[in-house]
Amino acid sequence: MPGWVNFVVAGLLTGAVYGLMALGLSVIFGVVRVVNFAHGEMMVLAMYGVILLQHWLGLDPLVSAPVVAMALFALGYALQRGLLNRFIARPEHQQFLLMLGIAGLLTSSMLMVFGPDTASVETSYALDSYEVGPLILDKVRVFAASGAVLSMALLWAFFRMSRTGKAIRACADNPTGAAVAGLDVGRFYATAFGIGAACVGASGTFLLLLVDVQPYLGASYTLLSFIIVIIGGLGSMPGALLGGLLVGVSEGLSAYFVSPSLKSLFSYGLLILVLLVRPQGLLGRRA
Amino acid sequence: MIRKIDRRSFGIGAAATGAILAAPAIVRAQGGRLRIGSLLPKSGDEAETGQFCQGGIDLAKTMVKDMGYDFEVVDADTESKPEVARTQAEKLIHEGCHILTGAFDSGQSLAIAQVCEQNGTPFVVDIAADPAITNQGFKFVFRNFPTAIMLGNNGLALFAELFKATNTHPKTAVLMHVNDTFGQAMVRGINGYDQHVGLPFKIVEDIGYSRDTNDLSAEVAKAKAANADLLVVVHRLNDIILMIREMVKQRYQPMGIISPGSPGMQFAQFFRALGKYANYCITNQPWLDPKQPLALKVREAYGKAHPDQNMTLEIGFTFEGVLICADAAKRAGSTNPQALVEALKATHITDRVMLGGAITFDEHGQNVNLPSAATENLNGKPMVVLPASNAEAKPVFPMPGWSERG
Amino acid sequence: MSGRQGVALALTGGLLVAAPLFVGDYVLSVLIVFLLAAYLGQCWNIMMGFAGQLSLGHALYYGLGAYTAAALFVHFDTLSWFGIVAGAALAALAAGVIGALSFQFAVTGVYFALLTIAFDEFTRILFDHFDWVGGTAGLFLHVAQVKGTDLLHLRGSPTMFYYVLLALSAGVLWLSRALLRRRIGFYWLAIREDEPAAAALGIDTFWMKLVAVTLSGALTALAGGVMAFYDNNLYPDTIFATSSSVEIITAPIIGGMGTLFGPIVGAFLLTTMGEAMTDFGAAWGVPGLKQWLYGGALVAIVLLQPAGVWPWLCDRLGLGAERR
Repeated sequence: MPGWVNFVVAGLLTGAVYGLMALGLSVIFGVVRVVNFAHGEMMVLAMYGVILLQHWLGLDPLVSAPVVAMALFALGYALQRGLLNRFIARPEHQQFLLMLGIAGLLTSSMLMVFGPDTASVETSYALDSYEVGPLILDKVRVFAASGAVLSMALLWAFFRMSRTGKAIRACADNPTGAAVAGLDVGRFYATAFGIGAACVGASGTFLLLLVDVQPYLGASYTLLSFIIVIIGGLGSMPGALLGGLLVGVSEGLSAYFVSPSLKSLFSYGLLILVLLVRPQGLLGRRA
Repeated sequence: MIRKIDRRSFGIGAAATGAILAAPAIVRAQGGRLRIGSLLPKSGDEAETGQFCQGGIDLAKTMVKDMGYDFEVVDADTESKPEVARTQAEKLIHEGCHILTGAFDSGQSLAIAQVCEQNGTPFVVDIAADPAITNQGFKFVFRNFPTAIMLGNNGLALFAELFKATNTHPKTAVLMHVNDTFGQAMVRGINGYDQHVGLPFKIVEDIGYSRDTNDLSAEVAKAKAANADLLVVVHRLNDIILMIREMVKQRYQPMGIISPGSPGMQFAQFFRALGKYANYCITNQPWLDPKQPLALKVREAYGKAHPDQNMTLEIGFTFEGVLICADAAKRAGSTNPQALVEALKATHITDRVMLGGAITFDEHGQNVNLPSAATENLNGKPMVVLPASNAEAKPVFPMPGWSERG
Repeated sequence: MSGRQGVALALTGGLLVAAPLFVGDYVLSVLIVFLLAAYLGQCWNIMMGFAGQLSLGHALYYGLGAYTAAALFVHFDTLSWFGIVAGAALAALAAGVIGALSFQFAVTGVYFALLTIAFDEFTRILFDHFDWVGGTAGLFLHVAQVKGTDLLHLRGSPTMFYYVLLALSAGVLWLSRALLRRRIGFYWLAIREDEPAAAALGIDTFWMKLVAVTLSGALTALAGGVMAFYDNNLYPDTIFATSSSVEIITAPIIGGMGTLFGPIVGAFLLTTMGEAMTDFGAAWGVPGLKQWLYGGALVAIVLLQPAGVWPWLCDRLGLGAERR
């Protein structure tokens, strides 16, 4: 079996976690139209939350995931309701810059509170692997991917089948019409942001199984989220997952075939191409 | 309701601003107590190690005073950026520092060196490996840290010694290195050494990776596939932890993991992160001399002050930096910059922390007497295993497999 | 620009010209930081404040300018100013390409901003592997031991660099004012406020925007080239970093986008407060306070005074409204 197959599989597993992270942005950016430049930083906040929960209560990250997701939901809801709703009518770049500022605040606050050292979770299964035929799969990667896929499935069901979910989609498609129909658009926007934040919180928990956290980690993941969302297509949930998987696999493959330090080059190249040629992404609708 | 600022109060405000900007040029204290300015990256990319290095400076503040010197230290943060290092160096000089020490990073140290050279303030580099710092003809810059070339050569020479001491003969090696200034300088050193002196083994694969990587699975897989006896690695703390985790996961077990000189495998965090898998890793690097009473004292004091950290070369060198500054001022009998420079040139400190003869500087301001020791992680602590004359323990090589760790 | 603004400008200008005579080296180095921030902010302002194109990848042009000048100097011993101008030309080309592609394919707003980031990051990674200019190990210029002032080769004391930057800042200020008064300035304003309407009026939006972008990039690169000779070392990961781009835009946003003096006011505020924060941080043992300030200032301004500090100040001081 050729060496790269292991990498494709590992890339798919990591890509699932990326997909969940990007999904959060897709909801925030696609539904609420907030350019969340603090997306990665919110994820890092969640990751520190998981570490604290393990430190104080001994909780395994997989157990902490729903807790952290709910905490981030509350944070997101409050942020949108309290702050961002005011920016709906304002020029787009202002809300942009606001989130940029919040990202900077979050990063430096975390530096001050947690210090610059990298931190990680300790799990008993951190170094175990499954052997599936000729493949060697990291246990942590399998767990992380499973958690991500489960979360995405739950979310999909929510948006398709629940009333709130449908209402949110209505607000996204046609805010004026939704308001006319009597929906409290502000409240639904806040809920949507909260859900997006919850996604990012959950994805952070799973990502923590794969990488260590430090205060400056956020920026690269913010960029990655945007890359995935744009490549996959704004407003498309399967698009976010597809984009995540694609990026995960391309990172793995380019690391294997080309110089490993060039792996981000492909992601950026792809982003440029998509922005120019097909801005609605692979699965998105034309804006 | 904000009162409208009228023309008069604006004028006053402008005058005040002007007065601040017009602050008279530096009051350079000629006499009085020695003031040492210490620069380290306490925020930004290198904050982790920078804040760690501060431990050595803090220890020196009390211990070097107890050795009979009189001085004070002013600390500054370079924010891991050369531009900030420059302004902070200017600021320290402005605040009356007679001599500066720092700065862990070569780029930042170079910026500070330029400022010191222009201002005529002596600068003692405690940690920075780029040769450029002492080969530009600076008159005010002294360095008590090996250049990347020295680090590489001294570290590489120890390989042959290790194989001799353990009666082993590895033939091939994979080289993995971090792709930053430090890593690339080391790799150049390794290639140069191989050309001119010759390594006892052949490097069959050279794998570079980016410094802020989160995932080394591809690199480790490539290394494993090369099927070489030895893994030679040039790294930093976070990536070496990632690397060894991957090696365990992928069941990649070379005869040994040896670095010709890198920061990481001796830090307490490395041991905490990897537990039993941290043992038997070897780093060839300048280290504290177990035969020097001062070194043992500093190690003990550091252990008391920071029970959750290991004393490493960073602590030793930052400590020595302060010692060198204080010693020069004492011998000069003044804080006049020229006097300090002359005193620095004549430095000869025998009671020191790090391995090597007395601390002296050559005509370029470089201390060329900084040999490397081989430190091996044994029982959760880094121990000197070579040179045999200063060793604390015997080297264990090849290393036991991952599954055989107790 | 009203009469009162003219007086304020003359006063400030006079102070700045005379400054090196009576400030110490430390304040001088801070003033250099301030001038650089003001200059870069003004360059970015041309693109965003005047023409409304949000670029978050301006570090790209700065880096191209710096690397071109430095590489030509290190490898071919070219005259410094030649290298700097070459860098500006290269940056203009890059900006032109990015602009042309974006405007042709109708990439605007957020997407345009993301595109600029992508190009910047792409270039950063390329330079990381570009061994001719040192790769990740960085490019080092031999530090000259100069006691005098060699303006032609840009080797000299910080005071020389201070005046060069002062001249550049004055130049870009004059240029901006000139542009704003000409037709192109009004076209840009129209495009910024309502591009479809502007196009409907017959303005060639493509070319107008392209000029703004190219000019902005080339001017930014000039500073990059000059500073290469001041810093004497360049690393792709710091020069092209997205955080550098964010730093470039913070000052003009705080001061007031689209205004003539906004970037200068913003740069002054941020530089002085930044130094104060560093002081406090050192005194309290809390590192990173300056970054906290930058983030907080951005949030505060967008929330409370999106037009920036300068328009507010104009209002309070009765300096007359500046066209926003």
